[in-house]
Amino acid sequence: MATQEQQQPQSRDAETEADVPEAPPAAPEAQASVATQGVDDLLDEIDGVLESNAEEFVRAFVQKGGQ
Amino acid sequence: MRVMGSETEYGIHAPSAPGANATMMSARIIQAYANLTRQRAAGGAETRWDYTDEEPLHDARGWTVERSAADPSQLTDRPPVLDAEAVALAYGRQELEADGSDESGSLLMNMVLGNGARLYVDHAHPEYSSPEVTNPRDIVAWDAAGDLVALAAVRRVAADPDLPAINLYKNNTDNKSVSYGSHENYLMPRSVPFGEIVRGLTPFFVTRQVICGAGRLGKGQDGSKAGFQISQRADFFEAEVGLETTIRRPIINTRDEPHATADKYRRLHVIIGDANLSQVSNYLKFGTTALVLSLIEAGQAPKIEVHEPVAGLQAISHDTSLTATIRLLDGRRVTALDIQWMYYEAAAKLAQETGVSDAFSGDGHTRDVLERWESTLGLLGNNPAGAASSVEWLAKMSLLEGYRNRDGLEWNDARLGLVDLQWSDVRPEKGLYYRLLSRDRMQTIVDDAAISRAVVEPPSDTRAYFRGKCVSSFGKDVVGASWDSVIFDVPGIGKLQRVPTREPLRGTEALTGQLFRKHATAGAFLRELLGLDPAPPTRTGSP
Repeated sequence: MATQEQQQPQSRDAETEADVPEAPPAAPEAQASVATQGVDDLLDEIDGVLESNAEEFVRAFVQKGGQ
Repeated sequence: MRVMGSETEYGIHAPSAPGANATMMSARIIQAYANLTRQRAAGGAETRWDYTDEEPLHDARGWTVERSAADPSQLTDRPPVLDAEAVALAYGRQELEADGSDESGSLLMNMVLGNGARLYVDHAHPEYSSPEVTNPRDIVAWDAAGDLVALAAVRRVAADPDLPAINLYKNNTDNKSVSYGSHENYLMPRSVPFGEIVRGLTPFFVTRQVICGAGRLGKGQDGSKAGFQISQRADFFEAEVGLETTIRRPIINTRDEPHATADKYRRLHVIIGDANLSQVSNYLKFGTTALVLSLIEAGQAPKIEVHEPVAGLQAISHDTSLTATIRLLDGRRVTALDIQWMYYEAAAKLAQETGVSDAFSGDGHTRDVLERWESTLGLLGNNPAGAASSVEWLAKMSLLEGYRNRDGLEWNDARLGLVDLQWSDVRPEKGLYYRLLSRDRMQTIVDDAAISRAVVEPPSDTRAYFRGKCVSSFGKDVVGASWDSVIFDVPGIGKLQRVPTREPLRGTEALTGQLFRKHATAGAFLRELLGLDPAPPTRTGSP
C-alpha cells in the first residue's frame, strides 16, 4: 500500500504532461470496441440459450435438503 | 502429492413435472446411467455399495454420537430406502415395479463405476463421488468426468418419451434456503492432532473462497437480499467445528470415517467448498488445500487466529471488491488476500525446504500449484478482471455485469437469476459456463480427451484402479464394493469373497495391472489374488 501511495503523484504528473501535446491514440479505442463486440456477441448467444420465462423457471427450481 | 477425492451433489429439476419426487428423480438418473453402462459393458456392471465400513457418527474429536441423537440425514451407513408412499403418490405404484427394480423391489440407488467412482442417490440429489487420486490435476479430470456422467444420464432420460426430462445443475443452492454440498476428502496421518487441523485450516477456509468460490446471485440463506457474492455456500455456515453436514454446518467438519486403516489415517472431510466448473478454481481448491495440510503436518501453518470466523466467512463472501477486512485475535485487521498470501508464503517456503517444488526432483505438481496460486492472488490484488478467465466467481460476475450494462438490469432481475442458475446446467448447449468455455473465455487444466478417458478409466496410482478394473472387467461377478472393499460372488468359489482394500496407495496398476491383463475370468483372477487352489479341471477340459 505504502509504495502505491508514493507512486501516485508521479503517475498524475505523467498524465498531465501527456494530455496537452499528443493526439488520442487510436489503438486502445479499437481494442475496446472489439472487446465490447465480443461481450455483445456472447450476450446475444446466451439470450438464445436461456430458458424461456425466467421468473417462473427460477421460482420453480426448488430443492430438497442436502449436505 | 496427497490422496484426495471430490463429491458432487447435483441440483435436480424436471421443469415439465413440477413437484416431482426428488428422490425418485435422482434414482431415475442413477438407473439411466446403469442402463448405459450395461449397454457398454455387455456383462452387467451395476455393482452395489457395501455399507460395512461406513461410520458417519464417529467424531474426530474422539467420541461417537448415539444414533438416537443424530439427525436422520446423518445416517448414511445404511442403504437409502425410497419413501414408497411418496413415490406411489407422485407416480403410481406400478411404475416402481416396472422401472428398473431389482429383486428386492427397490430402484437402483447406488452404483460403483468402472472409473472407480461412486454414483448414488444422496437423500434428494444424485451424487458422484470421484475415485481417489493423488494430485489436483487428476481431481480436475475425474471430477469433470462426473459432469459427463451426469450429462449422459440426463440425455438418456431425455431420450425416453415416457419420462419427463430432468435437468442437473452443478451448483450449491436453490436460493430458497436449501443448500447441497460439494465435499472434498483428504487423507492425513492419524498422528496429527485434530486441534492443529482446526487451528491451521480455519483462517484458510474462511478466505480461500476468493480463488475458488463459484459466485452466487443473492445474499442470505434464502437469497432474498439483492446483490452478488463470492461463495455459494458461505451464508449456510453457522458453526466453527462440528459433525453435522446438513444442519448447523461447521467450517471444520469432524466426521471421522477413514475408509482406510483407521489407526494410521484419517480422512479429512471438507464441506465448505463450492462445486466448481472452472477447472482452475477446482485445481486451486484442492491443490492449495493439500499444501496447507502439509503445512499443518509439518507444524508450519501461519499462526493466525480469526476473530468470529463464521461472520468473517460471510463478510468476505459479500465483498467482491476484496477490500473488506476481518479482525484477528491479535488485533490486526487483514483482508482475505492478506491471509491467502501468508499461507502462500509459508507453503512456498516449506516446499522449497523439502524439495517437493523442485523442477527436476520435485513431485511434478507442487511447483505448478504454487505458481498458479501466486499468479491468481497477484491478479486478484491488482487486476481482478484479468482473473475472470480462471476464477469462477469473477467469470460469472463479469457475465452478469455484461447483462447489467447492456440492459440496465437491477441485481434482483429474474433474468440474472436465470443466468446464475443456468451457469451450472450440465448440458453444454444450455450451461453458460460451457458457452464461455467454447469461446475460449475459460482457461483449462486438462483437455477434453483426458476427461472422456476419466469417465471410463480409473486413476492408475491408487486403490481406485483395483476397484474400477474389477467392476469393468468382472462386473457380473462383483456384487458389492466400497472405498475399502470389493465383494465377489464367483461360481465355483463357495462363499462371497470380500477383498479388503484398506490401503489407499495399494491396488495400483503397478501392483495389480499384470493380474488383470493375465486373467479373463473372475474365478481365475480371484484364485491367484487370494492364493486359492486352482479350479479343478472340468470335463470339457477348459485351460
